[in-house]
Amino acid sequence: MASASAPARGRAPARDVAGLGVGRALGFVAPAFLLIGAFLIFPAVWTIYIGITNYRLTGVEAVSPSIVGLSNYTKALNDALFHNALWLTLVFVLGSAIIGQNILGFTLAWIMRRTRPAVRRTVEAFVLLAWILPSTVVAYLWVAFYDRDGGTLNGLLGTQGTAWLIDYPMACLVVFNTWRGTAFSMMLYSSALQAVPPSQLESARMVGASGWQTLRDVVFPHIRGHVLTNTLLISLWTANDFSPFLLTKGGPNHESETVPVYIYNVALQGGELGYSSAISFLLLIANLLVSLVYLRLLRRRS
Amino acid sequence: MAGIDIEGLATVYPNGVRAVDGLDLHVADGEFFALLGPSGCGKTTLLRTIAGLEAASEGTVRIDSVDVTRVEPGKRGVAMVFQDYALFPHMNVSENITYPLKVRRVAAATRSEVASHTAGELSLQGLLERKPAQLSGGQQQRVALARAIASKGKVLLLDEPLSNLDARLRLEARTFLKKLQRDLGITTVFVTHDQAEALALADRIAVMDSGKLRQLGSPREVFARPTNTFVANFIGSTPMNLLPGKVAASSGVEGAPRPTDTTSSQNGSAASSAAVGLVSVAGGSLPAATFSTPVGAEVTVGIRPEYLTVASGDVTGPALRGIVVVAENLGTQSLVTVDCDGTLVGVTVPEETEPAPGTAVALTAPATRVLLYDHDSGELLARQPAPVA
Ligand SMILES: Nc1ncnc2c1ncn2[C@@H]1O[C@H](COP(=O)(O)OP(=O)(O)O)[C@@H](O)[C@H]1O
Ligand SMILES: [Mg+2]
Repeated sequence: MASASAPARGRAPARDVAGLGVGRALGFVAPAFLLIGAFLIFPAVWTIYIGITNYRLTGVEAVSPSIVGLSNYTKALNDALFHNALWLTLVFVLGSAIIGQNILGFTLAWIMRRTRPAVRRTVEAFVLLAWILPSTVVAYLWVAFYDRDGGTLNGLLGTQGTAWLIDYPMACLVVFNTWRGTAFSMMLYSSALQAVPPSQLESARMVGASGWQTLRDVVFPHIRGHVLTNTLLISLWTANDFSPFLLTKGGPNHESETVPVYIYNVALQGGELGYSSAISFLLLIANLLVSLVYLRLLRRRS
Repeated sequence: MAGIDIEGLATVYPNGVRAVDGLDLHVADGEFFALLGPSGCGKTTLLRTIAGLEAASEGTVRIDSVDVTRVEPGKRGVAMVFQDYALFPHMNVSENITYPLKVRRVAAATRSEVASHTAGELSLQGLLERKPAQLSGGQQQRVALARAIASKGKVLLLDEPLSNLDARLRLEARTFLKKLQRDLGITTVFVTHDQAEALALADRIAVMDSGKLRQLGSPREVFARPTNTFVANFIGSTPMNLLPGKVAASSGVEGAPRPTDTTSSQNGSAASSAAVGLVSVAGGSLPAATFSTPVGAEVTVGIRPEYLTVASGDVTGPALRGIVVVAENLGTQSLVTVDCDGTLVGVTVPEETEPAPGTAVALTAPATRVLLYDHDSGELLARQPAPVA
């Protein structure tokens, strides 16, 4: 229709598959571009801009911030608390995402493969529940679980009076986030395992391969791409996750202050909006670098 | 090398399907054994139960006289080739072939020796470095066979080994497979739904239906003397004529030649048609060996198209008379369908001797080739020794 009527109006016929022409096609995507621009691109660019100012929450600089160049970034390079936050984020990502969620998710998927559908669906429902509950609700449950007085964990272990969130804050966060995020890995690996032809697993079984040999020689080569994709996604989500704040607020004494929590504390407790924006930008760059490495690994597979 | 003994074997799936239903079977040492039957009759399940991939619900499986019913598949000394070959796509041919050895932690040097030796045996030289995706279907199949052989099992199990090949390659692979089995002398059980394949390859055939054994015998026996109408229907590239009939005389037919040799009517080896009984069928009659069924009993008459002869002139003695309806070219033969008093009868004739449609013809058959089945149960009626004249 469009391409038939277009020449009559003196325009070149549309060459695209849908026959829309560039103008109308742009018209269709414009609302999406507007929304993305307003809520994604603009804040990102604004963050970069604030990052080179001395903008503060209160005081003179809140009214008339001035450009300070890269001094926020040089400050970050020498900021021991920022280094601490980076290290804790690395521990958090390694412990709860790359190791915790990945391995627990895969193990669950591997076991569920052979169980009865009823059992499988029940387990999946419970694991998914951890994934879909709002962070605040979940955080409240875990604070109650770890609580010093009358906490469930102390009740279970008979260790009344142990303040888990104060004595072992990072370990608590790793366990919490492993629990919270495993559902995604489990679901992803469940569907990935369906792509392994059963006859190949049975071939391995026929020649007497052990469970570990089967995983290494048959299963893993088939799901390598899935492992990489899953690890990329959960690493990024975990690195940017703010829910540690809901459990420990970064404390005690910065012992569980991951980068997102540090950014929040710098911006809203310290009031240094310019400096926190600079750190946000550094986190963004780190995310980008990690993504690039993963994408390269993924591409090398094919 | 080892034989397989199966006793009272049943395999029931969780959904309640009795895919193998009380089977007794003996496969001799070094035998090439076929499991034949229509799709869904439980052949694959039986093979998988022998392999240990499905747990037997009842009965026992013995390999080399050792009860392996509850033994892990990897410890039974059984190698299996799957219908889709199940080659590992990320390993090259050499790694695929020697994977059974890798699992057993055999040294790499020994492994590459085995790889090149086995590859030589299966004409895969020069392909050792390729990935399965870079091989033709026939080559993939040989790699799968090579892997099974390299695992040095006592028994080789093949699930529809030829079904994934195109028609031309299938004939080639069939010959190859038979020669390989002869050379290795390994006890081999293979599954097929193609009766021609089973007839061509196997030393013995087990015909299955609904998880049960319907006939066990050499290809010749199964082809020439199916013991029931199910097998009669299933075996043969042109289906056997199974026609409703009536016993007209159980022995000593007037005008029919007297038997000159009593054994000829017994084993069907002699061509002299010693008609000692008679069945009326399709408006005519055919001779049949003596049997105990009373005169007048309803029977199903089975006669292969290959064993019927077309006589265009006048025929004396028992024959079917009818009009040619259609002739189908089968290559060196044609399948001619004849309308005999409303019943369609198939008969094969040599090429270029097909009577034209509309021609009146008479069909005759030697008594030894006419099989009688019980009208209700479909079981072959036992012949009786012909009375000595
Ligand atoms: N995993 C399974 N679960 C339940 N029923 C099955 C399963 N596999 C096969 N069956 C059923 O068992 C019967 C025999 O199947 P199968 O052994 O594959 O037959 P064949 O190989 O002779 O075609 C069929 O009725 C089929 O539907
Ligand atoms: Mg099958």
